[in-house]
Amino acid sequence: MTNQKQIAITASGLTMRFGSLVAVNNVDLEIEKGIIYGFLGPNGSGKSTTIRMLCGLLTPSSGSAAVMGMDTKKESESLKQKIGYMTQRFSLYEDLSVKENLQFISEIYAVPRKERKPRVEELLESFRLADRAKQRSGTLSGGQRQRLALAAATLHKPEILFLDEPTSAVDPQNRRDFWEVLFELAEQGTTILVSTHYMDEAARCHRLAILDEGVKVADGSPKQLGESISSHVVEIEADDPNKARLCLMQCEEISSITQLGIKLRVMIPKTISDPLALVNSNLSEENIEAKIEQVFPDLEDIFVSVTQQRREAPGV
Amino acid sequence: MKSFVRIFAIMRKEFLQMGRDRLTFGMIVGIPLIQLLMFGYAINTDVRNLSAAYVDESDTHISRQFIADITASQVIVMKQRVASVFELERLLDAGLISIGIAIPDDFDRRVLERDRQAAQLLVDGADPIIAGVAQRLSALPLRFDSQARQPQQAALLEVRNYYNPERRSAVNIVPGLVGVILTMTMVLFTAVAIVREKERGNLELLINTPIKTPELMLGKILPYILIGLIQLALILALGWYFFQVPIRGSLIHVLVASLIFIAANLSLGLLVSTVVATQFQAMQMTFFFFLPSILISGFMFPFDGMPALAQNIAELLPLTHFNRLIRGIMLRGADITSMLDEMFALAIFTAVTLTLAILRFSKRLD
Repeated sequence: MTNQKQIAITASGLTMRFGSLVAVNNVDLEIEKGIIYGFLGPNGSGKSTTIRMLCGLLTPSSGSAAVMGMDTKKESESLKQKIGYMTQRFSLYEDLSVKENLQFISEIYAVPRKERKPRVEELLESFRLADRAKQRSGTLSGGQRQRLALAAATLHKPEILFLDEPTSAVDPQNRRDFWEVLFELAEQGTTILVSTHYMDEAARCHRLAILDEGVKVADGSPKQLGESISSHVVEIEADDPNKARLCLMQCEEISSITQLGIKLRVMIPKTISDPLALVNSNLSEENIEAKIEQVFPDLEDIFVSVTQQRREAPGV
Repeated sequence: MKSFVRIFAIMRKEFLQMGRDRLTFGMIVGIPLIQLLMFGYAINTDVRNLSAAYVDESDTHISRQFIADITASQVIVMKQRVASVFELERLLDAGLISIGIAIPDDFDRRVLERDRQAAQLLVDGADPIIAGVAQRLSALPLRFDSQARQPQQAALLEVRNYYNPERRSAVNIVPGLVGVILTMTMVLFTAVAIVREKERGNLELLINTPIKTPELMLGKILPYILIGLIQLALILALGWYFFQVPIRGSLIHVLVASLIFIAANLSLGLLVSTVVATQFQAMQMTFFFFLPSILISGFMFPFDGMPALAQNIAELLPLTHFNRLIRGIMLRGADITSMLDEMFALAIFTAVTLTLAILRFSKRLD
C-alpha cells in the first residue's frame, strides 16, 4: 500500500459537553489531504463546536483529535501556524481598512518583512479587493467581507482551512465565486473543512459528514450517501398536487412527502420492492392523474432520511 | 525577533483604532482637563461663606460688634436676622442655613462676667466639616474696645505651616488628581481594549494565530503607557498654570514614580479584562476599584485618620502609595530614594496583577 492516502485530520470519540448538554457526541473523523470536506447539519448540530475543537480553541470533554499529525490538545500552539480559520462571525477589525487588516494579519503571522507587502498586494488582487484597499472593513458588503476574511485566513498559506458557515451572509453569485476560490485552493493542495446548512454547497464537497444533534449520522461522498440511504425517492407530477398529497398521506408505507411547486417528492423505504407500483395504486384508487418517476436522492432526501432513521432507531 | 514584529503589530493597530475612535481620543485629553479644572476649583477643604442667620435678643452695642466681627471672618455669610431661636431652628431644618447664632438678652452681662458661654451656635452638624468650622468660630476671640482688656493668655502651641502656607487646597488636590485621573483612565482603557475585542469577535481570530499571550498583553499595554504620560504632562502643566502648584522635587522622579504607577494600573486593567465578558462589566469593575481608591487612598481624607482595617485595605491600592510619592516629590521636594518602599509596593502590585492576567488569559475559548 505505497500510495496510501495521506490523512490531514483524524478524530476519535470527540465529545464536548456544556453542562448537561452534549454538543458533540462521540464523533470519529478521518479526512484526507487536499479535499473539501463538508459538515452538513442544522443550527445547533455541533458543527462550530467540532471545528473549534479541531482548531484547539476548545478542549474536548473526551476523545482526541490530530490535525496534520499534531495533537490538538498538546500541540495547539504549533498547529496555529499551519491552520487558517474563518469564523462564522466577521472577526477582522471593522475600524481598520481592508489593507490595514491584511497588513496586521501578515505581521501577526510574522511573514518575513520583505514578503509582507507583495503578499498583501497579491491577496488584494486575487480576492478582487484592490479597489477597496483603503475602505474600512466595517463598511464592506457581505460578499466583500467574506472575501476579505478568506484572504486573511489564507494569508500565511495554511495547509488546512477551517471555514465555519462562510457563506451565511452572502448572495448566490458571491457564493458561487467563493466556491470557485475554494476549489482552486484545494487544487493547490490545501485541505478545506467547511460547515454549512445549504444543501447545494454540501453537494459540492468531495466528502461530507452529516451532523445531527452532535452525532455524526452519515459520511461519505454525496454519491455514496445517496446510494446508501434506506429509501427510494419518487417524484410525482400531478395536476392537483394538493389532492395527491392528501391521498398519499393515507398510505402508511410512505415515510415523508415534500411539495416542490407542482411536484411531490415522496420517500418510501427500500423494503418496498416496487415503489412506483405502490404510488400508482394509491393514486388510481382516487382517480388522480399523475406522472410518476423514480429519481436519485438529493442531499435533502439523504438528510431527511438519515436524521429520521436515527430518531426512529431504538435506544436513541 | 518574531515577538517584536507581533508586539509592534498590536501596538500599531491600537494606535490606529485609538485615532479613529474620537470618543476615546477625546477622553484622553478631556478627562484630565475637565476633572482638573472642576476639582481644582471645587474641592476646598478651607471652608468659607457658610450661610448663616442670627437672632439678637439683646441688641446692644456689644452684640452688634460681635455679629460684625463674626461676619468679618468670612467663614459665614449672614443671610438674615430673625426674631426667635425657634425661627433659627426652622431655617436650619429647611436647609437654608448651616449655622445659626443666638444672642440672649443678657449677652452683655454674660460677656462681662465670663462665667458661662455668652451666645449659642446652632450648627448643622450632619456634615463634620461644617461642625469643625463651628468649632473654630467658637474659639473666636472677642475684642471689645470699651472693656478693660483681660490679660491675654498665650496659646500653648504655635502653628508653622510647611509646604502650603497659604492653605490652598489645590496644592494638595492637584498632585492627588494625577493619581486619580490615571487610575480611572488607565484601568478602564486597557480593560475595555481587550474586552472590546472579545465582544466584537476579534479575539476568536487573534487566539487562532501564533501570537503568544505575553506578546498580546505587552502590545496592548505599551500604547497606553504613552497615553498615561501625555495625561501626566497635561495635568502637571495645567496644575502649574491654573493653580500654581509647584513641582519642588525632580521632574525625573515624578516621571519614574508615574511610570511604575501607570504600569500598575494597566496590569490591573488587563486582569479586569480577563474576568469580565462585556465592556459594561469592565466599566462596573473599574468603578468598584475606583471609588475606594478615591475615598481611602488619602486623596480625600488624611490617611492617618482612618481605622486600622481601612488603612490595611488602602495599602493594597496603588493610589495610596502613589499619593505619598507624588505629594512627597512635588510638594516636599522629597527624593524618590527616600520612599523606595512605596516604589517597591507598586512594583509588587504590578508584578502580581500582570502575572495573574497572563495566567488567566487563555488562548482557548473554554
